[in-house]
Amino acid sequence: MFDIIGKRFWYFLISGVIILAGIISMFVFGLQPGIEFGSGSETTISFENKVDKQQVVQALADLGYGIGDAIVRGVVGTTGTDFIIRLPELNDTAKAALQAGLTDKLGKFQSGGFQAVTKESAAETTRNATIAVIVSSIGMLLYISWAFRRMPNPFRWGTCAIVSMVHDILVVLGMFALFGGLFGWQVDLMFIAAVLTVIGYSVNDTIVIFDRIRENVKNYGTSDFEGVVNRSLVETMSRTLITGLGTLFVLIALIMIIGAPIQNLASVLLVGILTGTYSSIGTAASLLVVWKNGEWGRFIGRKPLPAIAARAQ
Amino acid sequence: MAVLLIFVLSALIVFPAEKGVLFGKGVRLGLDLQGGTRIVYKADFTSVEPGKEGKAIDGAMSVLENRINPLGVSETSVQKLGANEILVEIPGRTLTDNEKESLGNVALLEFGEEVTGNETFKWENSEGRWKPATAVIDGVVKELTSRYFTEDASIRPVDTGGVELLFRWDAEGSKLSEIITGRLIGKRLGIFEGNGALIGENRRPIAPTVQSTIINSGVITGLSIADVTRLSKQLNAGRLPVPLERTGDEKSVEPWLGVDFVTKSVKAGILGVGVLMLFIIIYYRLSGLMASLALVYYGVLTLAIFKLFGFTLTLAGIGGFVLSIGMAIDANVLIFERLKEEMWDGKTLGAALEAGFRRAFSAIWDSNITTMLAGFILFWLGSSSIIASDMAKGFALTLIVGVAVSMFTAIVVTRTFLRLFVGTALARHTSLFAPYQRKKNV
Repeated sequence: MFDIIGKRFWYFLISGVIILAGIISMFVFGLQPGIEFGSGSETTISFENKVDKQQVVQALADLGYGIGDAIVRGVVGTTGTDFIIRLPELNDTAKAALQAGLTDKLGKFQSGGFQAVTKESAAETTRNATIAVIVSSIGMLLYISWAFRRMPNPFRWGTCAIVSMVHDILVVLGMFALFGGLFGWQVDLMFIAAVLTVIGYSVNDTIVIFDRIRENVKNYGTSDFEGVVNRSLVETMSRTLITGLGTLFVLIALIMIIGAPIQNLASVLLVGILTGTYSSIGTAASLLVVWKNGEWGRFIGRKPLPAIAARAQ
Repeated sequence: MAVLLIFVLSALIVFPAEKGVLFGKGVRLGLDLQGGTRIVYKADFTSVEPGKEGKAIDGAMSVLENRINPLGVSETSVQKLGANEILVEIPGRTLTDNEKESLGNVALLEFGEEVTGNETFKWENSEGRWKPATAVIDGVVKELTSRYFTEDASIRPVDTGGVELLFRWDAEGSKLSEIITGRLIGKRLGIFEGNGALIGENRRPIAPTVQSTIINSGVITGLSIADVTRLSKQLNAGRLPVPLERTGDEKSVEPWLGVDFVTKSVKAGILGVGVLMLFIIIYYRLSGLMASLALVYYGVLTLAIFKLFGFTLTLAGIGGFVLSIGMAIDANVLIFERLKEEMWDGKTLGAALEAGFRRAFSAIWDSNITTMLAGFILFWLGSSSIIASDMAKGFALTLIVGVAVSMFTAIVVTRTFLRLFVGTALARHTSLFAPYQRKKNV
């Protein structure tokens, strides 16, 4: 039988490095809010000649307002001449430059002038999302602890599942901050929807594995807890892979057909499913064993190299 | 049988996509997917104290939001434009002129008493001349208006036909009303909205004679159904702190994500789910085929629920939908893995099926309940004032419905399909249900 759980300190090391890199990216680059959040300017422009929406998007991108910085919507019933354009807040120089640039590329147009638009701010959205995640986590923690109430120390099971979920959120946020810094990706509604989806996937995956551990504990007891956990992981491996692969298929189809407009959703889900699957084993199940064996001291106190710690068992 | 019946009913609701055979409903899509109507209102600050304009317009925005979207499930957008304008966007349907007008109206009902002699009057109509009905409370003269209504005015049918508007006074309103109606017994009480009287269905101003002292609650009778409906909405959904006028800037706009986004997503969805089905059929053979059928069943039932309850689907909602598809597959996979193990132990299909379902149940139950719990918390938070967020609600709603349906299809539908094979010649071919025994069971 494969020894999955024996390599647990390697998993912690890998997770630690990835999350550390993510946190550094978050500090260096921060998460850039897209213009769907916070203030911006909006204007309605009316071209003298019919223009394709894609041309407007391209022209704006050439002028420095790419995806995430510009939202272009056609006005229905104007035969392709009128568009509503939403951009970040602009000063007068920028407005003039935009006016000149667009005329140059797409011909003359009338504009109703820019107006400042304020909605929910990015800070508010982040705060709201954080509250939602924290409150849901507490709810899930309580439910999982209750569902595993016949196990020794049920609270640990809930805690490990939530820690593994937080792990996945951190990985996804870190990745996004990095991409934000490198390619200018911005946090938009799609991103938030994707993060919520990842949270659901992560917890679901962890509970399925915990369920098998619970069943095996009933059959084999807890004297060799590490062995029982390992056995459970091996038994659920084919399910883990099939479900993971199946979900990836749907995702790949989305990316292939829709493409660029859902880059945020697709990349977050892709990374989220990978880390969600991995963390059920590498974080949730491994932590459960570490906690049961009381290995905290060994891990935190002496800080040995993981390889040595693993051999030292 | 029941399983089949539910499917047929759902299919009739879902197809054709534009307008189902049953109930004739289409799926409602949000602004991001479908586009909608966009209206700009301008605030009239003349009656607002200087310095409080910002607060008044913020209040007006949340009132508008409530008026358009009382249930919070239709994904509207209300934004501030410049310093004194409000931009409202409503997905899909176009509003009638009346609806657009009444959105910005300040519903304020004022009560008046008839003037005697040459007193100054505020309103004049066929019933006479009227001044605001006032009373002195704590040394201050106060006018009796709908500002003192609690926000639960309701419509009540009347025995003689028609409807009446039932309202309740808050604490201060009760005192005012007690003094005023006590004084006016046998006299008439006029009801006014803006510069004119409230007009009844008989086209005459409403001015009932006070029969007895009115303390806690009252009714207004004689109004048309349309007026009662409008008033109950406008009085309940808060009162606009500042009057709003239409600016004439009204357009229908394309969706945020472009016109072809939905078509493309549907294509992508079909392709993805197709590949997925192929994969599980290859891996699980006949069981996989049954799971694929169950997946179709799942999709149709979920869409039927969305259509029936008029939920608005947005991008965030689609995220929830994808997650619930993932969980639907997962539930099936869990069951088949157990089924495989049981059949490898030498059980017959029937016995393995029951044991497999029983043993897979705890995993499906716990993971689905946890997810739904998170969905409920998200929905509750999204509806509360703590994090009023339509997006969170849209996601939570599709997730809750999707997960509930996925549990039903995995546990009931797949099992029903598989039971059809118990006792048939096919059941003896273990490899059809539990393939790869020799390779895996080393």
